[in-house]
Amino acid sequence: MITLAHYIVLSTIVFCISVAGIFINRKNMIVLLMAIELMLLSVNMNFIAFSRFLGDASGQVFVFFILTVAAAESAIGLAILVVLFRNRATINVGELDSMKG
Amino acid sequence: MDLPWTLYLFYLFAAVLVVSALGVISVKNSVHAALLLVLCFFTTSALWLLLQAEFLAVALVLVYVGAVMVLFLFVVMMLDIKVEPMREGFIRYLPVGLIVAVVMLVEMLGLMGVKSMNITAPADPAGASNTAWLGKALFTQFLLPFEVAAVILTVAVIAAIMLTLRKRAGTKYQQPSWQVSVHARDRVRIVKMASSTPVEVPAGEAKP
Repeated sequence: MITLAHYIVLSTIVFCISVAGIFINRKNMIVLLMAIELMLLSVNMNFIAFSRFLGDASGQVFVFFILTVAAAESAIGLAILVVLFRNRATINVGELDSMKG
Repeated sequence: MDLPWTLYLFYLFAAVLVVSALGVISVKNSVHAALLLVLCFFTTSALWLLLQAEFLAVALVLVYVGAVMVLFLFVVMMLDIKVEPMREGFIRYLPVGLIVAVVMLVEMLGLMGVKSMNITAPADPAGASNTAWLGKALFTQFLLPFEVAAVILTVAVIAAIMLTLRKRAGTKYQQPSWQVSVHARDRVRIVKMASSTPVEVPAGEAKP
């Protein structure tokens, strides 16, 4: 019998894997974007599991909106990446210091 | 949900998901990372089917595997990225990354209190169709956010196109609006000339 805890633990593990991915791949911007997608995926699994086990449709509606916003985010992020590579010829996060932040 | 093999299926999908997520963050080649992320999304879609969220499972495959990951692969293959300088901090940041991830995992699992959450699924609240259930909530209770989401997608499309659009100097291109709005008088000059008739040749002189 699958319980709610199965899904919660699985999504927590995936979330922590993607956090570790952000730490160890901090030079490569594409893998950083992929780790963010993985994080959103684990959060979506939480939402759907709670929606199913509580019998409330709002959770699945929110997953729908998260999918929408994540698609928009990755489209704009990749467009910025392409422009960045065209201007600087690198996507190494360590070399992107022109704003002196 | 009462079938015993759904639990085995869940463990199988969970193992595939965790292994491919570990692969996404650790492989050297970005193309392989993108393909492993496709496997992640596909496995998650299967897990959502086990949760009887059919519409979102299909939407995940269509939107993510079909559109977003193709965009990722397209960008990864289009940009000529040197992999080696990207990997220089990998070993150095591996311990801190692992420590942070494990500490977060332990803290979250402790906060959630896994023992208290072993409730099982109630009877299917969707009734017959998950899509109808979701659509009813989406178009009554969440109609305004739905339209805002549509506006967000439109803004994202326009922003992505405007960011990557560039005009190169020296290239020739067509302007369709100019082509359509052109008049005949701009292209053809009509000249009035006196009409001329062919010179009459007398019949006697034609044959010598």
